[in-house]
Amino acid sequence: MITETKDHAALADDFNKDEDRVNWHDETLWWIRQKRDKAVNRLPDWELLRDTASAIKDNVLSNLSAYLQEFEMKAQNNGIIVHWAADAEAHNKIVLDLLNAKGIKQMVKSKSMLTEECHLNEYLEDNNIEVIDSDLGERIVQLAKEPPSHIVLPCIHKKKEEIGELFHLHLGTAKGNADPQYLTETARQHLRDIFMTRRAALTGVNFAIAETGEFVVCTNEGNADMGAHLADIHIASMGIEKIIPERKHLGVFLRLLTRSATGQPITTYSSHYSKPRDSKEIHIIIVDNGRSKQLGRADFRNSLKCIRCGACMNTCPVYRRSGGHSYHNAISGPIGAILAPNLDMEKFADLPFASTLCGSCSNVCPVKIDIHQQLYKWRQVIVQNGHAPAAKKAAMKLMSITLSSPFLYHTGGKAGRLILRFAPFAVNNRFNPWFKQRDMPAPPDQSFGEWYAKNR
Amino acid sequence: MKDREQIINIIKANQPAFSPLPATQFPAEAPEHLVSQFADTLTGVGGLVFIVDSLADIHQHIKNNTSADDRVISRIGSIAEYSEDVDDFLLPHSLQNVEFAVLKAHFGVAENGAVWLTEELMGNRVLPFICQHLVIALSIKDIVANMHEAYERIGDSSYGFGTFIAGPSKTADIEQSLVMGAHGPRTMTVFLTKG
Repeated sequence: MITETKDHAALADDFNKDEDRVNWHDETLWWIRQKRDKAVNRLPDWELLRDTASAIKDNVLSNLSAYLQEFEMKAQNNGIIVHWAADAEAHNKIVLDLLNAKGIKQMVKSKSMLTEECHLNEYLEDNNIEVIDSDLGERIVQLAKEPPSHIVLPCIHKKKEEIGELFHLHLGTAKGNADPQYLTETARQHLRDIFMTRRAALTGVNFAIAETGEFVVCTNEGNADMGAHLADIHIASMGIEKIIPERKHLGVFLRLLTRSATGQPITTYSSHYSKPRDSKEIHIIIVDNGRSKQLGRADFRNSLKCIRCGACMNTCPVYRRSGGHSYHNAISGPIGAILAPNLDMEKFADLPFASTLCGSCSNVCPVKIDIHQQLYKWRQVIVQNGHAPAAKKAAMKLMSITLSSPFLYHTGGKAGRLILRFAPFAVNNRFNPWFKQRDMPAPPDQSFGEWYAKNR
Repeated sequence: MKDREQIINIIKANQPAFSPLPATQFPAEAPEHLVSQFADTLTGVGGLVFIVDSLADIHQHIKNNTSADDRVISRIGSIAEYSEDVDDFLLPHSLQNVEFAVLKAHFGVAENGAVWLTEELMGNRVLPFICQHLVIALSIKDIVANMHEAYERIGDSSYGFGTFIAGPSKTADIEQSLVMGAHGPRTMTVFLTKG
């Protein structure tokens, strides 16, 4: 598990120790970004779709209290039982109580970032309930006792040889066999046994429709459906922001979601759950956990429009080279960096600084969240609230003194060029953070000011 | 229900000024390419597509791909020899050894190769997921261009469960290597019937 005391930079340092792995991680995610581009460029309506999705989500946020109540009423009319949880603790307690009431000790779960956020697995295990994650990537990180490093691709940081070793240890595969086909087939057999024997299944929710009370769960593997249709009780956990007003709006979001995520035209399964099977139960837990507070932050509420496609991570030059675990939060990458400080500004004070502010995240976001602008705004809020790291505060102070004095600025620049030329060892060492994983550039002969004085 | 009131009250206090819903009108797409677009897209995500004259061709496909012991369930009337009563009262676990499930779909979507099924076409909700191979019969007339048209077609119809299925169950979680047959069917074959 990740040590919570390390910040993004320190955790990224750990990840960067293995240069080959970083390059591989970087290239793999960029390849997914390119697949996204290909899929997107095939749709002439793409920008219209983004605008429409963004406007629908604006409407949702502006009318969320009414939509949630409409959804609740319609879902109840459909025979679904609706619960509300103000925070992670309340959510976890509802799940535990539902399981205890039926004497259930084992549950199968499909992907739900919300339950990662709530640390549901740990909570249930502490209460003697066994949870098995059924998404292959999630099962792999579960066996490795790690959190997912990406919201769509949970074990994108793992090499197949490591997965082969995990499966050898836990599922009895042949030692040294890392063939994806073989490992996936083993997981299929193992998890089929789980699906066949679990009386409770928990899934996430991609979209909840106020108009009809149904909810939609998207998977490629079919694991959400295998779990839910074989269980006596299906629990679906959703954040308050998953609401969309009308069924026809799914047409917009399902066109955007997977093209943005992996470049597929749609997930293999887009399942619409409206009513429970005869004598079985569907429970929905509507979870706030800080979202309503974020809704009140005018500069940051747009982050609640997120549909969890992961496009901002795949494109982010920092995420690709620092890995998902460096964000020490259930949701990593640029979107994680603007969501996390809302939950705990001090603990996640480092995350909005883990960005170059290049804006690529905002450009690929299917619902047009102004991610890089929010990163910039969070930095200001964090510094104003006194949560900036001491080294950054000192550096900023020095910078401000230097920039406000022409004498210091020119002297400093000249000194820097001289040092780079005549004493490169003074900067090319491990005490200079800019030297890590980089070579320092060759120093220019003169500053722009000097060049201009000569050539004007 | 303390949490409910608390959540709704905070949201009411914090939600921004009302922002109206946008129009959701998207340009119609050329209808003449729908069948080839559907077939190409579904093939691209790992599905198989055949255009056939009659449902008898499905029969032949099953015969060619199964042995006598394999359990085949057809929900299509004209392939009566494989029909079995599968409704929602059946224990879904009893379907775990189904080799082929043959189901009808309401319609297909050209832009993504998906077909739309609701539970009355499945008999039992788990059937299209638990079978080893999924076979879908779809009339060639029932292909719409995109998801907007798909939801227009679904309209305000009522269902307990419905799903879009586009190809076999798959995963690329191990180093992005695509593997078919994650938990659900290893293959998906769509027979497009003329007329």
